[in-house]
Amino acid sequence: MRDVVRHFGRFAALRGVTADFAPGRLYVLLGENGAGKSTLLRIIAGLLAPSRGTVSVLGSTDIASMATRFGYMGHAPLLYDEMSAMENLMYFAALYGCPERERCEEAIRTVGLDPTLERRVGQYSQGMRQRISLARAIVHSPELLFLDEPFSNVDIRSAKQMTVLLARMRDRGTTIFVVTHQAAIMEPVADECLVLDAGRLVAREKGIPARLLTPYRAEERAAMVSQSGGSQSGQGREGRPEREAER
Amino acid sequence: MKTLFKLITVCTVVLLGYGFCQAMYIAPKEATMGDVQRIFYYHLPSAWIAFLLFFVNFLASIWYLIRRSKGADALALASAEVGVMFCTIVLITGPLWARPVWGIWWTWDARLTSTLVLWLIYVSYLVLRHYAVGGQIPVLASALAIFGFLDVPIVYMAIRWFRTQHPQPVIGGGEGSGLAPAMWVAVLWNLAAFMLLAGQYIWVRYRQALTTYDLEEAHAHASLHEEPGGAR
Amino acid sequence: MSTVPGLWNITRRSLAKDLRLEWRSKDAINSMLFFALLVVVIFSFGFDPTAEESRRIAGGLLWVAILFATVVALNQTWTRELRNQVLDAYRLSPAPAQALFLSKTLGNFLFVTILELLMVPLFVVFYNLRSVGPVWQLLVVGVLATWALVVNGTFFAALSIRTRSREIMLPLILFPISIPALLAMVDATTAILTGENSPFFWIRLLAVYDLVFTSVCFVLFEMVLNAE
Repeated sequence: MRDVVRHFGRFAALRGVTADFAPGRLYVLLGENGAGKSTLLRIIAGLLAPSRGTVSVLGSTDIASMATRFGYMGHAPLLYDEMSAMENLMYFAALYGCPERERCEEAIRTVGLDPTLERRVGQYSQGMRQRISLARAIVHSPELLFLDEPFSNVDIRSAKQMTVLLARMRDRGTTIFVVTHQAAIMEPVADECLVLDAGRLVAREKGIPARLLTPYRAEERAAMVSQSGGSQSGQGREGRPEREAER
Repeated sequence: MKTLFKLITVCTVVLLGYGFCQAMYIAPKEATMGDVQRIFYYHLPSAWIAFLLFFVNFLASIWYLIRRSKGADALALASAEVGVMFCTIVLITGPLWARPVWGIWWTWDARLTSTLVLWLIYVSYLVLRHYAVGGQIPVLASALAIFGFLDVPIVYMAIRWFRTQHPQPVIGGGEGSGLAPAMWVAVLWNLAAFMLLAGQYIWVRYRQALTTYDLEEAHAHASLHEEPGGAR
Repeated sequence: MSTVPGLWNITRRSLAKDLRLEWRSKDAINSMLFFALLVVVIFSFGFDPTAEESRRIAGGLLWVAILFATVVALNQTWTRELRNQVLDAYRLSPAPAQALFLSKTLGNFLFVTILELLMVPLFVVFYNLRSVGPVWQLLVVGVLATWALVVNGTFFAALSIRTRSREIMLPLILFPISIPALLAMVDATTAILTGENSPFFWIRLLAVYDLVFTSVCFVLFEMVLNAE
């Protein structure tokens, strides 16, 4: 993306964001509430047009034509409450041109849920809903994945499962963007993090340095670190913030 | 620019004055209706101009959807507003004329009824512009404008047929009845005067709309550089 | 991997999904049926004609009643898509916007037809109606007229998503543009019921109206859907 600017009336949500990204890596976009992270993600996914600047995804500025190659998980669940998980997924898979039962069942199993569950999605717990939302985002096997606050109101166990799944997908070649203000959850698996503050990109570093981790209860952090097999990317590295130029 | 505008204003006033003379004094008295008929010289040109302006609105809306030009949107807005104004004039002069002549305020006269529907359509356009939220107002409004204008011929056809089925008193000399040549002179002078007047209104409104856009852009630009005051 | 899906395919699936959701939640249909019943009853209290007059005015009353019921129903159309922001999921997919429009319009058409199947018999009963002209002509008018209301109604309901006062915005922009269609459907119905005039001009007008506006809706919908 180049010089992406977005206004809402007189409010500048994004003030000129420029960055490039390499495939097959897991990027975490951090920042406080109101920093512009969700807006940026919506622009990259093609839901919102930038007021100025350009975004090119997978080599093309026509994001809509790339629709089959990326998946998006929004802040809201993007699901129909009155249908079951399989019904939801079958419908969305059909929109992408691949309405196969096995594919949908596989996606649901991948996020750790039972595809035979007939219960309506509206009756799921928040953790389960977020997981089905993720399943919907990956059912068409995208190369690129955008996630907006996937861990909001989600229990630790579900969050942990999701991060493990994301890491696995990254290892298989999917490029992943996660927007969150809870850095600690992503810390074990992140390749790079970018920090957005008041619409500007203020930092970009390998992994997630300790100083960017939000305060988390010590036991939970310890639990997460030990379960992830001790991958210590970015632990204790105090890098200077850098403006990323062309790679 | 400003001197040109003042010059045109003077021309407009002169033309309006002359048109008034034509309409009130020079044009011959109408055979059956007498002096009341003279309101026709305001009624008819207003109707034509309203229609012309809505056509301009249609073209500007299409242009906007193709090119997303702010100027096109400003013109669409201006022409709709001034068009509604002239429509209102038609709707007021109509009943004012009908009452003394026919004793009734309203007849389902073809032109009057079509103008009413047109007025409703374009007022709803202005309402949409007012109530829409966000930066996509011009897109939504342009879509509605296209619908509205495409409806116009259908409205005319429908009302014409309705009138053959349900004959009503005719205002305005009807569709087919001719006007005396001397009357045409008055009509045309007033038409010219009104066109100039409409042009001026549109010019002013257009500039105002563009300035509003520029102001928004300037604000947005400024907010790019200011530091947020603790807005976290 | 996956091919870009076809228009009719997606329309069919979206329609099936809407029908399934409607069946499960029974959101709109129950309240709508009751609303339709109320409208008919109230109109009957408001206008109390003899058998002769009733044929003349029933057409107008019926279609105005259907118009009001339709508007209430149309507002519900997109509400479901806004819950959980699930409309975003459609926009993100490669599925064509026209398929969404077509599926919503067909769904609304079905829905309003069900309302009409309730209201028309009630009208016949309350007004002791008997048609002079052939009933098949009434059916033709019914189909064309319902489509006219529903196609523009669905489009404008989508337009009004992006406005404040969503519920009032829809009738405000729908009614003026629908006036010629309303005139046509009322006069055609009256012509057939009373047998006094030929309805064919009005039927042709309705057909032209349907053609013109369905095309315009198709062309412009994608832009309106993505206007954020």
